[in-house]
Amino acid sequence: MERRQVLQGFGAVAGLAACSVAAYPLMTTVTMAQGSGLGENRLVVVILRGAMDGLDVVRPVGIAEYAALRPNQTPGALPLTGPFALHPSLSGLMGLWQTGQLGFVHATATPYRDKRSHFDGQSMLEAGTGMDVAVGATRDGWLNRMLQAVPGLRSETAYAIGREALPLLEGDGPSLSWTPEVKLRLSVQSRRLLEMIYHDDPLFRDSAAEAMQISEDLRASRIMGRAAGKGMMAGSGSGSGSGAGAKSFADIDRLVDFAAGRLKAETRIAAFSLSGWDTHSGQAQAIRSPLEQLQRVILRLRDQSGADVWGRTTLMAMTEFGRTARENGTGGTDHGTGGLMVMAGGALRGGQVYGRWPGLAEADLYDRRDLLPTSDVRGWAAWAMRGLYGVERPVLETAVFPGLDMGDDPRIIL
Amino acid sequence: MIDHMTLVAIRFGHGLPLPDGAPTSPQEMLKALSKPDEAARRFPAATLKEALPQRVAVLQGLKIRRKTGDKTPFMVAAQDARDVADISVRSGFARALDAPDGFRERLVTFWSDHFTTRARTTADVVLPGAMIEDAIRPNIAGRFGDLLVAATLHPAMLIYLDQVASVGPLSPFGQRRGRGLNENLAREVMELHSLGVGAGYAQDDVRQMAELLTGLGVNARKGLVFLPEQAEPGTETVLGRSYQGKGVAPIRAALQDLALRPETARHIAWKLAVHFISDTPDEALVAAMTRAYADSGGALLAVYAAMLDHPTAWVPTLQKVRQPYDFMVAALRSLGVNGAGIMRFDRRSFARLILRDMALMGQKWRQPSGPDGWAEAGDHWITPQGLASRIRWAMEVPGRLVTPLPDPAEMARRALGSAAEVSLIRAAERAESLREGVGFVLASPAFNRR
Repeated sequence: MERRQVLQGFGAVAGLAACSVAAYPLMTTVTMAQGSGLGENRLVVVILRGAMDGLDVVRPVGIAEYAALRPNQTPGALPLTGPFALHPSLSGLMGLWQTGQLGFVHATATPYRDKRSHFDGQSMLEAGTGMDVAVGATRDGWLNRMLQAVPGLRSETAYAIGREALPLLEGDGPSLSWTPEVKLRLSVQSRRLLEMIYHDDPLFRDSAAEAMQISEDLRASRIMGRAAGKGMMAGSGSGSGSGAGAKSFADIDRLVDFAAGRLKAETRIAAFSLSGWDTHSGQAQAIRSPLEQLQRVILRLRDQSGADVWGRTTLMAMTEFGRTARENGTGGTDHGTGGLMVMAGGALRGGQVYGRWPGLAEADLYDRRDLLPTSDVRGWAAWAMRGLYGVERPVLETAVFPGLDMGDDPRIIL
Repeated sequence: MIDHMTLVAIRFGHGLPLPDGAPTSPQEMLKALSKPDEAARRFPAATLKEALPQRVAVLQGLKIRRKTGDKTPFMVAAQDARDVADISVRSGFARALDAPDGFRERLVTFWSDHFTTRARTTADVVLPGAMIEDAIRPNIAGRFGDLLVAATLHPAMLIYLDQVASVGPLSPFGQRRGRGLNENLAREVMELHSLGVGAGYAQDDVRQMAELLTGLGVNARKGLVFLPEQAEPGTETVLGRSYQGKGVAPIRAALQDLALRPETARHIAWKLAVHFISDTPDEALVAAMTRAYADSGGALLAVYAAMLDHPTAWVPTLQKVRQPYDFMVAALRSLGVNGAGIMRFDRRSFARLILRDMALMGQKWRQPSGPDGWAEAGDHWITPQGLASRIRWAMEVPGRLVTPLPDPAEMARRALGSAAEVSLIRAAERAESLREGVGFVLASPAFNRR
């Protein structure tokens, strides 16, 4: 990346964000509920790194061209609605689909086009910018900019969880990040001396202060958890109980349990990423594990957060782009364009496959190779934030997603 | 004020104290790069030739398991392969700890990251280390074009970026089996390894490059092979230049041409400056390095010289954050652990005391999440969690590595030289225990920056 570009792009975006926030200083329609500036609704954003193949996950089996494009698919897809059927590795989610707590957006994409690079694609997905801004030029993520636009938030309102960096939540808005397995135990004296050592280096000072605070909170909540007894853990749920293969989900479970714990307390926004979607070859086998992880995340989040919190939760899982419509020479698919968003939660108007279906005939494809995007991923996220938190449309279209036209309300939030 | 020797050790090496015979002037640092690779000789690790039999054994074990259900041959071979990979990782630490020319070791890490590979299967665990021995170490002081060719054609790379699965659609094999292209390697060669993502190449260049690369394959026993059966016939045009003919020669030519592009000069210069000097390097520094690259046809010594000769390379402010690997090596060095000590660890303890903590600090060693390798920005590493993991390690692990622990104030002076601040030495002296005092030194900003 050229330094000159970074400076120009960054300046442009920073300037734009500053104007637009200044233009709506009061944010009058942002719901300001007790304790937390975002009210009671929860938004969980999952970044699916590696480009999930939407055409395999929600398969347009009723479309004539599909079978010829994908000769080597795992059999056993489950009918959803219209021409669509769900990948068998997500069969555990059918209960949610039937109760309207699972939904999809098909043929959706960020504005990123043509170069099909994971890193640029993810960078743009998390920056929430359009093609008019140089990739990598924006330093903060769209979810963070939403937080910047709501006054009076505390840092525990939003959490980036897990080992991987999450540019989506990086920026000046208040947020925290944590991996559940880190535990920091310090005496009062050591803590004081460390604060002295870090005092003159803001990067270290701020990170250390947050780390000590999180550790203390976690210790407190663990003590409370023990005091409350162990009865809660059993009998809470169907889909995510332990059994064969439970070990392979240990990381996922820790992550989701941490998220659920925070969401039950002060946190309203949580974000993390799942990788493993880059299925260039042997996709039938390769996509199984990431799908099982995604299913695990959704079911476990439901079980661990409890009916009340789940009822106010919307999970949106999005990926940098889709994959080629046609299977490649190695039983896999290559980087494409139009993709799929997976949504779940009690606050979602689910049971639907949203989005305009573009068709699979060669002339309907983007570049004659990829599913044609018919909507902007950012639009769905924007309407979710409008529905969940009442964020003003002009704020969403300028400060959060510069240059986005949200179009008509798809009414995805109940 | 941080002095020159301290900067040599922590900005361009693996920290203080400097080993005996360490070069300290830019001239000596550069000259040392052209001398024989003494550290690699002292702490050997498997080259491809030595690693391939291990890989074959794992693949055969898998075959036996599939056919007969007998798991034993696979388990045994997998264990051997993991041991080979473990020796490679630990010899990396040992070399970094003992090598007098720390600059060489830092460059090896930089280039291994620039050409990131990662094992995705048990059979492949021996490959990333082999690539460092065969393709990276021998080429860090030569021409970038030769390094690019060596890295691109290495089986570790061909497997990691799916080149082995790419077939010319019009090749005899492609026609017979209905197989086709996989653009992964072609794309990353241009985007990450040479031109850089902002450069003016198009999807069609990527596709042409992918067609040109078809035929490159990996034979389990021989390593790199060219399979004419799978090569796309005809001429390919990449960035306006045409390449024709069979075999590896036109591929080498195209890679050498990519290496000589001005975009590549700029990309490599910028990346080196970002890695060694600052997350936002001085434009004049990058320009000087770019010029040195262009004027010398990509001679890396000339590019390094341009960096070391530039005044901004010696600014006495520590602008970068040590990545967890660098932090770990410097911490071990400051505690007096040497290369032989690292090799004496058993695999499990090394994983438990060193590698697991590096993962919590954000660096799962030899397993970066994508081909773009590790992040450079300081705030990527010094997050609440990243810093908490460093503090935790600094407080809890050194006491399990060395007994007795050194005096904290003395250690601060030895490990930080002129970068040791009075306030840190005071705090270290006021710690409740030796353990915590040592922890403060290792967790301090001065120790975690370079």
